[in-house]
Amino acid sequence: MARTPIEFTHNGEEKAVFVDAGQNLLDVLRRGVGDLTPKYGCGQGTCGACTVMVDGAPRLSCLTLAQEVAGRSVDTVAGLASRPHQALQDSFMTHFAAQCGYCTPGMLMAAETLLRANPRPTREEVVEAISGNLCRCTGYEAIIKAILSAAQSGGLLRTG
Amino acid sequence: MPIEFRKDYFADERDDDLNEIGKPTQRQDMMGHVTGRSPFYDDHLFDGLCHIRCTRSPHDHARVRRIDTSAAERMPGVRRVILGRDVPNNLNTLLSLLDFGLDDETLLATEKVRYKGDPVAAVVADTERQAREAAAAIIVDYEPLPAVLDVEEAIKLGAPSVSEPYPGNLFIYHGKYNHQKLRYGDVEAGFREADHVIEGRYQMSPIEQAPMETCGAIAAPETNDRYVCYTSTQGLFFSLGTAAKLLDVSSARLHFIGGTVGGGFGGKVDSLHEPLAILGTMLTGRPCKYQFDRAEEMQVGAPRGAERWYVTDGVMNDGRIVARKLVGYFDAGAYTRLSSYAIIKCVGHLPGPYTIPNVYADVYCVFTNRTPATAMRGFGVTGVDFAIESHMDVCAQQIGINPIDYRIINAYRDGDMKAHRRVAKNTALIECCQVAAEKAGVRLSPAMLAASSLKDGGGARGDLPRYTATDQQGFVAGYQADGYAQQSGNAGPTPPVTMPTPQRDHPAQQPAPVRPVEPGPAPASPAVPEPSTGAPAPQQQQHSPPTPARRGPSRFASISGLRRR
Repeated sequence: MARTPIEFTHNGEEKAVFVDAGQNLLDVLRRGVGDLTPKYGCGQGTCGACTVMVDGAPRLSCLTLAQEVAGRSVDTVAGLASRPHQALQDSFMTHFAAQCGYCTPGMLMAAETLLRANPRPTREEVVEAISGNLCRCTGYEAIIKAILSAAQSGGLLRTG
Repeated sequence: MPIEFRKDYFADERDDDLNEIGKPTQRQDMMGHVTGRSPFYDDHLFDGLCHIRCTRSPHDHARVRRIDTSAAERMPGVRRVILGRDVPNNLNTLLSLLDFGLDDETLLATEKVRYKGDPVAAVVADTERQAREAAAAIIVDYEPLPAVLDVEEAIKLGAPSVSEPYPGNLFIYHGKYNHQKLRYGDVEAGFREADHVIEGRYQMSPIEQAPMETCGAIAAPETNDRYVCYTSTQGLFFSLGTAAKLLDVSSARLHFIGGTVGGGFGGKVDSLHEPLAILGTMLTGRPCKYQFDRAEEMQVGAPRGAERWYVTDGVMNDGRIVARKLVGYFDAGAYTRLSSYAIIKCVGHLPGPYTIPNVYADVYCVFTNRTPATAMRGFGVTGVDFAIESHMDVCAQQIGINPIDYRIINAYRDGDMKAHRRVAKNTALIECCQVAAEKAGVRLSPAMLAASSLKDGGGARGDLPRYTATDQQGFVAGYQADGYAQQSGNAGPTPPVTMPTPQRDHPAQQPAPVRPVEPGPAPASPAVPEPSTGAPAPQQQQHSPPTPARRGPSRFASISGLRRR
C-alpha cells in the first residue's frame, strides 16, 4: 500500500509521519502520533467526538484525510492540557460538564474554537458551536453553562 | 449547579452531620476527562495490532449450508479467519454465571443464524480495512427460514422456533412456567365489583443505548501464558467469567482491565467483544482489537427490548382502582441475554406505586428473530411504567378525574401491603405528585394537598388478601425446578402432586389450566358475567422435552473454572 510522508505542526511541535492512502487524520493522530485525545465515536462525521482544530478551525478528524494537513497546524486537547491557564477545562470541572468523558475532548475543541473567534459568545452562539457534538450522559445544559462561565472569566485568550 | 434538597421528607431518618453526603464533591475522574487522559479501552497502543471484523447474517433466520472462506484467507493482511468451530465452548447464556437459564447463544453462529447481524465468521487482519474487505469476501450459503418478528406471533402454535433450548419461543421460569406470574387477591372478583373496567394496549419500540464510545475490546499476549484484555465492558468480572467459559480457559489466565467506559447505559454488559478479541490473539499470537463501528452498534448492539402490554383496570366512580390485570410480552430477540432477569424485576415492580387489592400479571419472555435485547437504564421497569402511567391517564379521563388526583387517590402509603407481599415504607409518590402539580401550575383540591404518604396507610391496607386466586396456566414439563430453567437430564421431572401429570411421551398434551379448589371464601356473585379482560392469553402450546442427544447444560461455578454436570 502506498505510504506518503507528511509533516505538520501538532500542538506547536513539528511532527513527521507516514500515512496510508485514504487514512484519516483521527487514525494518524491516535496511532501515528500517539495523541489519544480525539475519540472515535461514529467514523461518519455525526458525533463530533473526534473534533480537532486545523489552522484554528474546527474539523472532524474522522472525515479529514491525513494528507490534507501536510504543512498545516493541528491542535487537540493534549495541547490545551499542557498550557498553564486552563479556564475552559476548569470550568468544565466545576460545572460537572462531563460524566463518561468520551465526548469531552471534542466538546472542548469546539468550545475552544468558538472562544478564540468570539470571546464573549451569547448562549445561542454556544449552542450553535457545539451543535455538531453529541453527548449521551450529562445533557448539554451543564456544558453550555461551563462554556459561558469560561468566557466570562476571560482567561482563554491568555494562551500562547 | 443548584440542587434542591427537600430535607423535610424523611427528616426523622436523616443524619445531617455526615462528611460527604449532601455536599458537592469533585469526581475523581474529572481531571482525566477534561485533559483527554482518561484511559478508555482503545487508548492503549500495541505494536502490530490486528483488527477483527465479522461477517454477519443478512437474514432474520436462515440455515447456514456452507461457509467459503478460501478467497478471504488469501487476501492481503489476513492472518486468520475464525469460525464457530474454532470457539472452544461455543454455547453460552450470559446469566449462566448465576445459574439462570439455558445456554442458547453461539459466539459465532454455526448451523443457523437467528437475527439480522448474527455473526458467522470473523476475520483477523493487519488493518481494519483489510479485515473489512476480507469479511465481505467470505461467501456464506444460506437457506432462508421463516422468521418470527412479533412477540404474539412467535408464541402461536406452529410458529418457527428461534432456538433449540426453548422450542416454544418462551423462556422457562423456575423450571415450571413459561412466564413469570404474579397473583395477589382475586382480580376477576375485583372486576365484578368495579364500576368501570378499562382496557388498554401499549407497545414500546426497542431503544439503542447509543453510547458515544462503541463497544469493543483489545486483547494481547501477556507474560506467563496469560492474555491481557482492555475492554469497554460495564461488568468487568462478568465479562471475565463469560470469556473464560467460552474459551474454556481458567480465568486466572485472563487479565482484564476496564473501568473507564465511554458511556454504557446497559449496552456494554453482553461480553461479546472480549472473548472474540482474546480468541483472535490466541489463534494468531498478535494483539487484536474487536470494535463495533457505529452501524454495528445500532444494528447488532443489543438494545432495550420492545415490550407489549395489555393493562385492564377495574375502577370505582370515586377513583379507587380495585383490580389491575397485566399481561406483558418482552421481546428478547434471538437470545436470552438479560431479558429473563428483566422480567423478574418487572414483576416485582407491579402494579406500580399504587395500592391495589387485586393484582394479576403474566409476563412472557419471548424469543423472536430480532436483535437480542439486553440491559438499559431501569430495564424491566421503564416499559411497563410507560404502559401503567399512560393507562392511568386514560382511566382518569374516562371517569372524569384530574390525573394527578387519580394518582394521589391510589398512591401507596407507608404501611400498605404491596403485591409482592412486602410492606411499603418511605413512600413519597403523593409528595412527588404535589410538587409536580405545583411546578406544572395545576391547582389541587385542599383534600389532595392535605394527603400524605405518612397518613391513611397501613391497617387493613397492610393486610394480605384473604383469598388469592391461583392457577397452573402456562405450566410446562421437562425442566428441572431446582434451577431457574434447567433442562432436566434423562430422569423425568417429578411434577407436583396437585397438578395433572405431564406425560413426557406425549409432550403435545400440555396440562389445561386448573381451576383451583380454594378453601377460602368463594368469589362473590359468580352469576355476574365476567368482563372481558382484553389480553388474549397466549395459545396453549407445548414445550417438547430436550432431545437426549443434546449435551446437558454446563454449569459455571465461580469464575475460576468450568464444571459440567
